Amino acid sequence: MSPGLRRVWGLMYRHLALYRRSWPRLLELAYWPVLQMCIWGFTATFLAKRMGGSIATTAGAALLGGVLLWEVTLRSQMGMSISFLEEIWSRNLGHIFVSPLRPRELIAALIAMSFIRMAAGLLPAILLAWAFYAFNLFALGPVLVLFFANLMIMGWAVALGVVSLVLRHGAGAEPLAWGVLFGLAPFSAVFYPVSVLPGFLQPIALALPTAHVFEGMRGILLDGTVHWHHLAAAFGLNAVWMGGAVLLFMHQFQQARIRGALMNIGE
Amino acid sequence: MNAIQVRDLTKRYDRVLAVDAISFTAPAGATVGLLGGNGAGKTTTIAMLLGLLVPTAGSIEVLGHDMARDRFAALARMNFSSPYVSLPARLTVEQNLRVYGHLYNVAGIDHRIGELAGELDLTDLLDRPAGNLSAGQKTRVALAKALINRPELLLLDEPTASLDPDTGDWVRTWLERYRAESGCTILLASHNMAEVERLCTEVLMLKQGRVVDRGSPDDLLSRYGREDMEEVFLDIARNRRQAVPA
Repeated sequence: MSPGLRRVWGLMYRHLALYRRSWPRLLELAYWPVLQMCIWGFTATFLAKRMGGSIATTAGAALLGGVLLWEVTLRSQMGMSISFLEEIWSRNLGHIFVSPLRPRELIAALIAMSFIRMAAGLLPAILLAWAFYAFNLFALGPVLVLFFANLMIMGWAVALGVVSLVLRHGAGAEPLAWGVLFGLAPFSAVFYPVSVLPGFLQPIALALPTAHVFEGMRGILLDGTVHWHHLAAAFGLNAVWMGGAVLLFMHQFQQARIRGALMNIGE
Repeated sequence: MNAIQVRDLTKRYDRVLAVDAISFTAPAGATVGLLGGNGAGKTTTIAMLLGLLVPTAGSIEVLGHDMARDRFAALARMNFSSPYVSLPARLTVEQNLRVYGHLYNVAGIDHRIGELAGELDLTDLLDRPAGNLSAGQKTRVALAKALINRPELLLLDEPTASLDPDTGDWVRTWLERYRAESGCTILLASHNMAEVERLCTEVLMLKQGRVVDRGSPDDLLSRYGREDMEEVFLDIARNRRQAVPA
């Protein structure tokens, strides 16, 4: 293993080791996705019984698909932000930043941990949707991998923004790790098409990669069609969002080194 | 050869001048003490040496590497310990050492952990969470972390703070032996004058961000006409007595 990969693994090992000793941490990973799936699963079942017919079934599928795919973005963002915050809470950041770990390796480790946290949290909810509500997310086909990739990248970009704000403003910015993505949910068209939004809000929605992914998901579920232009837009926008987030992180990291914030962050 | 070469190092935060154009060298294999009261600039200087803080002006060369351009090459060959920076409390001692073994790309990590556990009397603590240890045990674990990569330069920020006299003496004895055996350079910031007198080959006296005096402990004691370093420290801190010029 190259020294760079080994440093990435070292930081991942630090977080994975926490799960070996703590079942509540493991439980917490799946708790919210499963809870969300229960609530929306029962809602979809209720609607299907009241409305009946294939329209209700398709609407229920769009609802459950939206819930599960939104969790991909949310868990990716929170998984990355919280892994960074763990270093602040344990007052370990000083040791991390005086080790030979490069900032890009830190980002790589945070992304890897985010993926593991997201997968561990979402898999039980996907199984629950299949077992109890007869919704098979994998029926979306191979394009699901592209949806997942876009939603994860969007989550990481937002997480890097949160981490940058924590580097800039310290502990005061920590609550953003839990709440910031919910502010983007109304514009992400998770449960309804972008066309439902007022005209002046639609450009905002179309600037978000998530809106294009959910439009793409509905395209498959409602029409059986893969809207490739939405996927292309999602990848293009993600390149801009992620590129911007990395630049912001690198800038704030350097500013933190100038201000001395790395010495007392969290206070 | 110098392990550390600092020239005109300055750090300014807005209107506060934390470090004011200090210059010093630490010869390879020496133990250099940074001595000064609270706010004298010791921690700021160490943070700049570690690359944690960007200087406003001046240059730092560590183990032949310019810290402004090539800090990661230097960081791989040095290490740091401070009671004010914790290790993850919920990880066991062994897991903590393994994490840093990976971060510092240590070869034969299991062997190295076993070696350090033996030397620092940590064998029985390896499976215990780091947060459940006493202050003395935490200090030994922090030292093990700081030595995991066999550093050529060790920066220690008050290594015996909050330790009882017996444990403090144990740490000092251990550091003396380690330096003699390994030949590593140690930069030590401390408020413990007996510790500085015992360990350091050279002392830099810092006050308000400036080096106001320097020399070996014997030299300083002689020039200030004092019996111990605490009196020298107070002479400088309170402007009580001027040293005889060297």
